[in-house]
Amino acid sequence: MSKDLKSTTPTDSEIVFGILNNSENAIKRLYVAYFPMVMQLIINNNGTADDAKDIYQEAVIVLYNKIKKGDFELNSKLKTFIYSVCRRLWLKRLSQMNRYGGDLHDFQDYSPVDDEVEQHEERDIQFDKMKSALGMLGEPCKTIIEDFYINNRSMQEICEEFGYTNADNAKNQKYKCLQRLKKLFFQQK
Amino acid sequence: MRDEQLLEVIERYLNGDMGTDERTAFEQLRKENAEIDGRVIEHQQFTGLLKQYGERMELEKRLNAIHHEIDVHAIEEEVTIRRSWIVKLWRHHHSKISVAASIAIFAVLGTLFFTGYLKNTNSYTELSREMEKQHQSINQLSKRVGDIQTTNTNNRVLPQDKLRGTGFAITSNGLIATAYHLINGNDSVYVQNAAGKSFKAKVLYTEPQNDIAILKIVDTTFQGLGTIPYTFKKSDSEIAEGVYTYGYPQDSGRFGEGRVTSTSGLGNDSVDYEISIPINAGNSGGPLLDNRGNVIGIVKAKETRQEGVHFALKSNYLLNAIKNIPSDSLTKTPVLNTENTMANLTRVQQLKKLKNYVFMVKVY
Repeated sequence: MSKDLKSTTPTDSEIVFGILNNSENAIKRLYVAYFPMVMQLIINNNGTADDAKDIYQEAVIVLYNKIKKGDFELNSKLKTFIYSVCRRLWLKRLSQMNRYGGDLHDFQDYSPVDDEVEQHEERDIQFDKMKSALGMLGEPCKTIIEDFYINNRSMQEICEEFGYTNADNAKNQKYKCLQRLKKLFFQQK
Repeated sequence: MRDEQLLEVIERYLNGDMGTDERTAFEQLRKENAEIDGRVIEHQQFTGLLKQYGERMELEKRLNAIHHEIDVHAIEEEVTIRRSWIVKLWRHHHSKISVAASIAIFAVLGTLFFTGYLKNTNSYTELSREMEKQHQSINQLSKRVGDIQTTNTNNRVLPQDKLRGTGFAITSNGLIATAYHLINGNDSVYVQNAAGKSFKAKVLYTEPQNDIAILKIVDTTFQGLGTIPYTFKKSDSEIAEGVYTYGYPQDSGRFGEGRVTSTSGLGNDSVDYEISIPINAGNSGGPLLDNRGNVIGIVKAKETRQEGVHFALKSNYLLNAIKNIPSDSLTKTPVLNTENTMANLTRVQQLKKLKNYVFMVKVY
């Protein structure tokens, strides 16, 4: 059934070392190489192109984090891993939407990836909470927090940007913002 | 130390901004003070999560940018398996189609069932419900027997009897067998012989479960009967055996003839024979005889829903009932005739003998 998907497939080790070295090109090549495979899976199992994009990106993130953590063993195939994660995620999505008819039309071999998917989903829940906490935080807190803790900007820069007359005022403001963010984050269930 | 200052210290510590001495001192403080240690860990985790969140957002942005460059539509075209419309229809609507199909199957089966196509393959429960209905129709029949009799006798000279049936002699001293449903709940019973003479009778013994009643003629004018010409068959008769009855569906006796169509009655009840004899209301309680003049049963019921289906109680139940008559209600043990004097007679001759021993049972 499965069609041969033509693309210049990079080798697994190229990708793994590329990602470990923060190579922008490695991610891109990975993404381009396996997207058609996932599209094929989703499209032919009651999904849309947008579903394929969502699922595939999640899978790439799972793989990316696994490689970054140094967990990915080179003897398992990248392709199989991505396909398995997508398959697992899509099955879940289908049953959530009550569209799962009991059989999935498969195109590749797959292996059990329940642990990875579960970890990823737990992490996602945390990120969702963080996202909504940041959303509720409001300005200028949100920007101050993001600039300092995420974008690694110094207090000096932040001070100048927001026009604080001295660094202590800025620190004070940042402290209050962080306390509020924590409160908002932990309030959520 | 104020909270705010503590946070700053923790951040400097976590960022590695401390000098060696300060660092050692703070690590010492962490060891000694569990609360500060907890704050350090908590802050580290929370800012770590913030950082990872930022990285995730960044990664998603990058992936989206990459995705944007891909010709999604072309890939979609390439990988989509083109299916015929019927397969697509099935894929998208198979649950609905399944439901529709099952409804259709049920409808067809239901129709077949109710129109009687599936009679032979009925499930057990369905069958038993049918039985229930048949039982009802039989009950209704015996009621209707009463009604008919009442209306028939409306223009008759009094005394007016409520219910009529047939009975036949068991012994020459006046024991009469009849159907229990005739005399059920009525104490005043008369029997009338072929010559039109009535005798008062009393109910000696009943077995309602088998629809048997034994009467005894107690009338002072009764002088006894001659020797009973028929005998009672102990064993079951065979299916298809020729049988006949004589009874009083009308004021005068009626002969009816047919065959044993089954050696079990309604609902496979082995107590009864199923017989095909034209029988009317009033035949109840009459004798059922075979060609040789053996009484093989008592006519008891008619199936209203099917033409020509009647039931007769097997004679060995009658024999048992006779044995079961309490001895204190008898002056002497009933002696049944063992010599059949009708065996070699023609049907006409048999009837001539028989009719003297068959009575109309009238219930007031």
